[in-house]
Amino acid sequence: MSTIEKKISLIRSKFSVALLRPDLGAIVGVVLVFLFFFLVARDTGMFSLEGSMNWGIVSSQFIIIAVGACLLMIAGEFDLSVGSMIGFAGIIIAVTSVVWGWPVWLSIISAFVVSMAIGALIGYITVKTNLPSFIVSLAFLYILRGMTIFIAIISTKKTIIGGVTEVAENDWLAPFFGGKIFTGAFDWLAEQGIIQTFVAGTKAGQPVVSGIPMMMVWAIGLIIFAHLLLTKTRFGNWIYAAGGDAQAARHIGVPVNRVKILMFVFTAFCATVFATTQVIEFGSASADRGILKEFEAIISVVIGGALLTGGYGSVIGAALGAVIFGVVQQGLFFIGVESSLFRVFLGVLLLLAVILNTHVRKLITGAK
Amino acid sequence: MSDLPLMELKDIHKSFGNVDALKGVSISINAGECHCLLGDNGAGKSTFIKIMSGVHQPTSGQININGKETEINNPRDAIDAGIATVYQDLALIPLMSVSRNFWLGRELTKKVGPITVMDFEKCNSILMTEMDKIGIQLRDPTQSIGTLSGGERQTVAIARAVFFGAKILILDEPTSALGVYQTSNVLKTIERVREKGVAVVFISHNVSHALAVGDKFTVLSRGETLGTAKSGEIDFQELQAMMSGHKELSELKK
Repeated sequence: MSTIEKKISLIRSKFSVALLRPDLGAIVGVVLVFLFFFLVARDTGMFSLEGSMNWGIVSSQFIIIAVGACLLMIAGEFDLSVGSMIGFAGIIIAVTSVVWGWPVWLSIISAFVVSMAIGALIGYITVKTNLPSFIVSLAFLYILRGMTIFIAIISTKKTIIGGVTEVAENDWLAPFFGGKIFTGAFDWLAEQGIIQTFVAGTKAGQPVVSGIPMMMVWAIGLIIFAHLLLTKTRFGNWIYAAGGDAQAARHIGVPVNRVKILMFVFTAFCATVFATTQVIEFGSASADRGILKEFEAIISVVIGGALLTGGYGSVIGAALGAVIFGVVQQGLFFIGVESSLFRVFLGVLLLLAVILNTHVRKLITGAK
Repeated sequence: MSDLPLMELKDIHKSFGNVDALKGVSISINAGECHCLLGDNGAGKSTFIKIMSGVHQPTSGQININGKETEINNPRDAIDAGIATVYQDLALIPLMSVSRNFWLGRELTKKVGPITVMDFEKCNSILMTEMDKIGIQLRDPTQSIGTLSGGERQTVAIARAVFFGAKILILDEPTSALGVYQTSNVLKTIERVREKGVAVVFISHNVSHALAVGDKFTVLSRGETLGTAKSGEIDFQELQAMMSGHKELSELKK
C-alpha cells in the first residue's frame, strides 16, 4: 500500500469507528432537538436562565435513574422495579421521619439501606434462578408498589404523607438532596444585574435562579462516576463482559454474578437518590410517585445507544438520551403544544433508536 | 524433552447417574507435543476435557501433574496448574474490543491519584506486539472482536492463553466451524505454540486436521480409549476406521 492509500484507509477506519460510537445517535439527537427548539421557541424564554433551569432540572431527574439503568443494561439485565422503588423509598423516609419521629438523616440512610438490600435481593434471585430479570423485577414492581401503599395506609390512613420540610429543617443530611449550591455566586450575579430578580411578591429582590439545585449536582456526579467506572476501571471491563457473554466471562474468571448483583444495587441507589431529592424538595412523599419511571429510564438508555441484549452502551449516551427527554417534554410545554403528544414523540423515538442500534450491532459483530 | 509427562490421567471414570460417560480413559501429555484426542460425537471427548479443565470431577481415576498426584476441583485449580482451555464458541466476547477481551480478568492497572484504573496504553501496546507475533494485522486495538474472522478469533484466544502462561493448552474443536484457509491459519498457530514447549491437547473429529499437526493420536469411543499412536505409525484410513468403530464410511453409507 502506498502512503496515501494507508492514510485513506486510516481515515476511513477512524470514520467507521466514530460511526460505531454507541452514543453517536444521541449526540445527533441532542443537536437536532436543541436546534429545533432554538428555532421555534427562542422567544418563549425557554433558553433564558430560568427556562434553562426548568428543562435542566427535568433532564437531571431522568439522568439520575438513566445512569443506573444504563450500567445494569450493559451488564445484561433490566430493572422494572425502579419506579416502584422510588415510591417505596420516599414513603420510608416520610413514615420514619414524620410518623415515627426519627431524625431525617437516619430516615434517609435507612431508605438507602433498605432499597439497596432489595436491589441486591432482586439481583440475587435473578442470577440464582437464571430467570430473565425482566420477570423478576416485574414481580418487584408490584410487590414494592403494593408495600408502599400498604405502609402509607396503615401508618397514616393516607397515601400522601406531608410535613417532611418541617422535620428536615435543621437536618445535616437533607440539604445534600434538597438544597442548592453556589447560592452566593447567584446572589452576586443578581446584584451585578447579570441575573434578573423577582420584581414583586414575597421573593422580590431575590434572583430568579438562586443556585444550582442538588438534583443537578447528583445527576452530574452520577454521570462522571458511572462513566469512569465503566470505561476506565477493570470492574467496568467486567460489566461489559457480564452483559456481552456471561458464560465466556465466567470461563475466564470474571465474577459475573457479583457484577450483576452490584449493578442491581446501584440501580436501587439511583432510584433512592431520585426519591430522596423529590421528598426533600416537595416536603412530602406520595405512594404513587415514580410510576412509569422504569420505562423512561430504559428509553433514555436505549436512545443513548445501549443494546437491550447487553454488553454495549454508554453512560454519556444515556445521559444525552435523558436530556433529549427533558428538553422535548419541557419544550413542548414552552411552545404550547398539547403535552400528550410528548408520548407519541417518545414512542417514535424509541422505535427509531432500537432500529438504529440493531443495525450498529450488526456492523460491530460482523453479522450479515 | 524430559521423559516425565507434564500431565497424566490414569483410568479416568465418570458417571452421571446411571450413565457412564467415561469408562477408564488414560492419556499422558508431554511438553512441546500436540496430542490429538479423536472421537465421534458422544465418544466422551467433551466430558474428558471438562475433567482436565476442572469443570467436572472424575468418579474415579488418578491425575498426575509433573509426576505428582493432583486434584482439580474447579476451573481455578486448572488455571493455576497452567491448564488453559479454549472453547469452540465461548472464548471471546464479540461486542468488546480485542484489547478488552485479551486482558479480561487479568487487566493491567495503574493508579491515578486514589483511583485504580486500567492501563490502556500498556494493555494496547503489549497486545499489538503479541498480535504481530501470531500474524494478526490489527487495525486498532479498540476494534471489536466481532470484526475478526472465526480463525482470527481462535488465534487470539490461543495467543491469550499462551501469553498468560498456559503450559497445557486444550483446544476444543478449534477448526470445526472454519473454512479451509482459516483452518490452515489456526493449525499454523498450533504449530507455533507447540514449538514454544507448550503441550497442546487438540480435540477434533476431523482426522485430516489432526494428522496435519498431531504428534500423538488417542481415539476415544463410547467412553473408552481405543489406543494411542504416534505420528507416522498410523494413517488416515486407520484412524478414520478406529473412530467409526471399524466400520468403513462407505459401508455406513449403505
